[in-house]
Amino acid sequence: MQKQAIFQSKLLPYALVAPQLAVVLIFFYWPALQAAVQSFLLQDAFGLSTSFVWFDNYIELFKDPAYFEAIVRTFFFSFAIAVSSLSVALLLAVMADKPLRGSTLYRTLLIWPYAVAPPVVGVLWIFMLHPSLGVISRYLRGAGIDWNPLLDGNQAATLIILAAAWKQISYNFLFFLAGLQAIPKSVFEAAAIDGARPMRRFWTVTFPLLSPTIFFLLVVNIVYAFFDTFGIIDTMTRGGPGTSTVTLVYKVYSDGLLGGNLGSSAAQSVILMILVIVLTGIQFRFVERKVTY
Amino acid sequence: MVEQEGIRRYVAHFILWIGIAIVAFPVYIAIVASTQDNALIANGQMSLLPGGHFFEVYYQTIFVGTSGATREPVGNMMLNSLVMALAIAIGKIAISIISAYAIVYFRFPFRMAIFWIIFITLMLPVEVRIYPTYKIVADLHMLDSYAGLALPLIASATATLLFRQFFMTVPDELLEASRIDGAGPLRFFWDTLLPLSRTNMAALFVILFILGWNQYLWPLLITTRDDMQTIQVGIRKMITTTDALTEWPIVMATAVLAMLPPVFVVVAMQKLFVRGLVETEK
Repeated sequence: MQKQAIFQSKLLPYALVAPQLAVVLIFFYWPALQAAVQSFLLQDAFGLSTSFVWFDNYIELFKDPAYFEAIVRTFFFSFAIAVSSLSVALLLAVMADKPLRGSTLYRTLLIWPYAVAPPVVGVLWIFMLHPSLGVISRYLRGAGIDWNPLLDGNQAATLIILAAAWKQISYNFLFFLAGLQAIPKSVFEAAAIDGARPMRRFWTVTFPLLSPTIFFLLVVNIVYAFFDTFGIIDTMTRGGPGTSTVTLVYKVYSDGLLGGNLGSSAAQSVILMILVIVLTGIQFRFVERKVTY
Repeated sequence: MVEQEGIRRYVAHFILWIGIAIVAFPVYIAIVASTQDNALIANGQMSLLPGGHFFEVYYQTIFVGTSGATREPVGNMMLNSLVMALAIAIGKIAISIISAYAIVYFRFPFRMAIFWIIFITLMLPVEVRIYPTYKIVADLHMLDSYAGLALPLIASATATLLFRQFFMTVPDELLEASRIDGAGPLRFFWDTLLPLSRTNMAALFVILFILGWNQYLWPLLITTRDDMQTIQVGIRKMITTTDALTEWPIVMATAVLAMLPPVFVVVAMQKLFVRGLVETEK
């Protein structure tokens, strides 16, 4: 697609794209390139010499059980966060889509958590579920559960999934509601005339018509769980206890903090980049389908 | 006809209120905790009703900070967050709208190449390139500066795509009309295109402001000086010490203060927010 009416100028367009181009080249391409180059190099212990080692850094990484565990954990977190948050949001959206009194108020009261920053989400949830002083922990202990997410890895993981899913409800709710409102009401009426009960109507009519939105949100939620959970994890568990809440992004960060192996850290970055590119590619495909369906 | 018996409506109202309660509960607890005495909270005796320390806790939080050795007033952190969020939002909009203008309204060598160079950055979030970017910012002597906080987050393919898409829908007649009036490219941009883009810019601003205010990993890495901390980084440092020393009412007051500006923006500018959210995700 191109404009027919355009301006003629030799220098002006370059001046207009220059600021963005400069920022992109300096802060995106240059660091990305450095990471890519670095990932093929090995530095000796004193940083005096570097040698080209082909894919050794990558091979080392995949041989490292800790890295493999982080991959599995990240995908598990993503899946658990996406599924729990999507199902709660879908239920709420279906309810809010009904012609109810006060539906705009409901919408307002459900969408604001979008604006809460991940580290704040972490602080809010660790405070509620803190082993010694949390308000909810009291009741959990009262119910006979030995609740201590600061010592128990599974409980820590549960806590992170809950907190991350909580934050994502509002986003999913908004997109589900928009998706539901885009379905013509006559479709529901036709199904009702055919005698389909509400539950059946939902599974045979609403759900299939909503599937493009569901796929789109699934990808967005997975990307969210990959990157935006960093702040939640860092304020709640710092990756612990042990390494039971270390995700891929958290690993890049904490390995880098220790300042150890530059090549390995760069290789981790490159792997993440490839993952993002794949996910973005999938996202674009689904968005295209959303437009044409 | 879709049946609309009373029961079903009551169920819907009920489920929605439960949803709202789940969503609001953690924040309610934070607000309540920020008005109570620290000793009570540390003992696990926190009340579920607001206490009487509202003014002293918020006064101390905003103007003094925690009692620790490296205290920093949260008011100052909020100022840092505000500057960063505004710089990111305004900076992104400014550089994206002019580059989109060049790409849509001019033909020049490497036009598509430049478009793709910008487009691909969509796939490079700051998390995947943190340490190399850190090194560059350090080499440019921009650690602990607002420029270092904002610049690496300022390039946005999304905003450029959005403006490009919008410019494509602007009728060609407008350009021809203003050309007949003797307007050059800059005049047309300023007098015609910018006023037309106002709603788009506002919607984008709302989203970008929230994203900017909520940045965490990047500020965490590049700010070392306490007086350059953003509120998101500051709140994390408040709970670094062992549990017994954490001043929870202040931490919770900081959490509330950190939520206030972006939540206010979402609620007060809901229409723009929803529009911005849907458009940037397209």
